[in-house]
Amino acid sequence: MAVASDQVRADCIEANEFPEWSQQYRVMAVPKVVINDRVQFEGALPERDFLSAVLRAVNGGGTLG
Amino acid sequence: MPILSEKDREAVKKEFEKLTDPVKVTVFSQELGSETCQQTERLVKEVVELTDKATVEVLNLVLDREKAEAYGVDRVPALVVEGAKDYGIRFFGIPAGYEFTNLIDAMVVASTGKPALSQETQTALAGLTSPVHIKVFATPT
Repeated sequence: MAVASDQVRADCIEANEFPEWSQQYRVMAVPKVVINDRVQFEGALPERDFLSAVLRAVNGGGTLG
Repeated sequence: MPILSEKDREAVKKEFEKLTDPVKVTVFSQELGSETCQQTERLVKEVVELTDKATVEVLNLVLDREKAEAYGVDRVPALVVEGAKDYGIRFFGIPAGYEFTNLIDAMVVASTGKPALSQETQTALAGLTSPVHIKVFATPT
């Protein structure tokens, strides 16, 4: 997705190595995805649903727990 | 002793047949950083040795602060994977296990500039007008 758009930045984070970071985002299970600190989900999503999450993150809607 | 097994190397070499253009991995480390920084540095060096299309640069989070800020890197170990441009691909922590596969995939996609996404998804992403910052938390196993 980062390659598909200049607007997208993608960070892959090793959760165990950054406990404070993981705690900040309440990572209980992996993979956990957080988009713009607004939309989050756990587990792998089909591409279409992942895209919906991205669009939700930029169009408003969605809250971070 | 190398980190990658002979089997790993062969698998990576096979994936790297897909590389079309140069890809650069910048490793941010810290001199007195954890052992993970050193391991990450070694791992990436072993990976780029498997192709003549990849290069590695090791930078220091403190000494190269300006570059770190420009890349949006504030902790180590961190990797920046770039192709024809900086697409915004970052790794934090040692890319081992599943993350290792992701690193190799990221290098391939940064090299080719061709995302492995449906046309529909690519069209939607191309229409984005504001920044999207995706964080994926994962563990090696």
